Amino acid sequence: MSEQVDVQPNIEQSISNDPMIKLNGVHKWFGDFHVLKDINLTVNRGERIVICGPSGSGKSTLIRCINHLEEHQHGQIFVEGTELTGDLKHVEQIRREVGMVFQQFNLFPHLTILDNLTLAPIWVRKLPKKEAEELAMKYLERVKIPEQANKYPGQLSGGQQQRVAIARSLCMNPKIMLFDEPTSALDPEMIKEVLDAMIELAHEGMTMLCVTHEMGFAKTVANRVIFMDEGQIIEEKEPIEFFNNPQNDRTKLFLSQILAH
Amino acid sequence: MSGKLPYKSIEYFFMSLNGKSIDLLRWMKSNLFSSSLNTLLTIISLWIIYVSVPPFIQWALLDANWVGSSRDDCSREGACWVYIGFWFKQIMYGRYPETEVWRVNVSYILLVGALIPLFISGFKHKGLLTLFLLFVYPIISYFLFIGDSFGLPLVETSLWGGLFLTLVISLVGIVASLPIGIMLALGRRSSMPIVSAISIGFIEIWRGVPLITVLFMSSVMFPLFLPEGMNFDKLIRALVGVMLFSAAYIAEVVRGGLQAVPKGQIEAAEALGMSYWNTMGLIVMPQALKMVIPGIVNSFIALFKDTTLVLTIGLFDLLGTIQIIGTNADWLGFHIEGYVFTAFIFWTFCFGMSRYSMHLEKKLHTGH
Ligand SMILES: Nc1ncnc2c1ncn2[C@@H]1O[C@H](COP(=O)(O)OP(=O)(O)O)[C@@H](O)[C@H]1O
Ligand SMILES: [Mg+2]
Repeated sequence: MSEQVDVQPNIEQSISNDPMIKLNGVHKWFGDFHVLKDINLTVNRGERIVICGPSGSGKSTLIRCINHLEEHQHGQIFVEGTELTGDLKHVEQIRREVGMVFQQFNLFPHLTILDNLTLAPIWVRKLPKKEAEELAMKYLERVKIPEQANKYPGQLSGGQQQRVAIARSLCMNPKIMLFDEPTSALDPEMIKEVLDAMIELAHEGMTMLCVTHEMGFAKTVANRVIFMDEGQIIEEKEPIEFFNNPQNDRTKLFLSQILAH
Repeated sequence: MSGKLPYKSIEYFFMSLNGKSIDLLRWMKSNLFSSSLNTLLTIISLWIIYVSVPPFIQWALLDANWVGSSRDDCSREGACWVYIGFWFKQIMYGRYPETEVWRVNVSYILLVGALIPLFISGFKHKGLLTLFLLFVYPIISYFLFIGDSFGLPLVETSLWGGLFLTLVISLVGIVASLPIGIMLALGRRSSMPIVSAISIGFIEIWRGVPLITVLFMSSVMFPLFLPEGMNFDKLIRALVGVMLFSAAYIAEVVRGGLQAVPKGQIEAAEALGMSYWNTMGLIVMPQALKMVIPGIVNSFIALFKDTTLVLTIGLFDLLGTIQIIGTNADWLGFHIEGYVFTAFIFWTFCFGMSRYSMHLEKKLHTGH
């Protein structure tokens, strides 16, 4: 707990007024289903944002729009000043700068951990193999599992796999990290090791968007907490305000359910 | 109650036996005689083996004649392998000129020599060797087989035959149909409507036509549409037919594998900024192909056996050659030897492929 108190102020300094991500009036439909409704959001460099809300409220869809895994149909999304359109060049360029960690890890099961990490640096960034391997080992050490480098994902625990997934994203040297419920598929005893890796990332000033229901994490590292329901951003506040003084009834209901256990 | 009787009596029979073989007995009891139905099936199977295998061994091995140079060297009590020995060159190479047969053998040696290191686990340059086998070896072999350059006399494809021709058709078919099939499978799942429509059309047309029709069309109908004087080699037409026919099947097998790769794999690759071709080639295909190895090998085995249909358009592969020599006036009456030998060769190759696919599956299993 004391660690969190130390940490908060010096993370604060690194935030600048320099928008990395900007969403203007974004709408998205799945067929007739209006899944995102008029989303407006600005994320500055070094900001850490936690998105929460009931299941099906569109949280995943929102962050998947930011690296174009889903396509929005209306409004504008800018990532580092580049607008995301259907243009494949822009999409691939943005994806190189934006890392993503999935609920189900999505490691490549046919490749060793080391190959999982070096694949994109070699094929996308065109790094020489040797350099890519050094980079991979550096990040494996940072998530504290260098000894697993030559194993296959299937031989690792869930927590280890998710840390590998984080390291895999970091190997691309992203400026922004998106997390889609990174701890939801984990056994309780493994949640902490993944959160610790994420907290460390936050210390280093990474711009982060995390969909998570880990309210402890939100309190520790988030600059802002966003509450979504039925495709809309209902409430957007600093964590202390958000937890102590929610305005909207749906937020209150959600918080009471989340904090009940 | 009466149903239990045979089981009981067998148990007594076992109990009266020496105690040393108790493990074997236990195994037999649980695997062969676990119920009265199983006991019945076991007995029937044993009976079938008893009436078929010993006489076959007697005929094919014990009573057989192995050495000689004419039919008079065969006693006719057992198989006359002299017959196969006499026609061995034809069975292996068809009418390929005897003085030029070394060219085929050189190609065989090259193939085997390049394949062996691929099976040695410590070998370093597997990638290079595979490239050699896929791109350089076929060119070398082509010039060796056809000749007409580098001082080698021309050997027309109409002289190619026997096992040699069977291997040429099936190897070309196998090696070419896999990439074509993969492209068709990707095309069928493409988000571009024209690409997917063309792929579906192609696959369904070729799958819906029997191979024998394809071969007839290629040799009889196709030339009718060509301008006067223009003529493609009969073998090439057959090769293209076999290749595309097999590719359509491979495409469907591969598509099954593609569908079984979780969507999250593609998303993870895309999120890392990987292009479509990198995603497919490095992430999706390796996983998809691994899952469908049995199906692919099954298609290859089918293709290998289907090459015998080229007989219908006047190409004399292994089976075709056997049938021709069966009509030779000096050697009438040895059909059985011919067919047994053909069956043995086909079985050896197909069994080899099947074992290799099992080996591959085991090797590629990475525990998930
Ligand atoms: N590919 C899709 N096609 C159709 N509907 C979808 C698709 N993906 C998500 N949805 C729907 O959109 C809604 C929001 O989904 P999602 O963004 O995953 O919510 P959350 O992450 O907040 O639980 C849900 O109702 C879901 O069923
Ligand atoms: Mg979700």
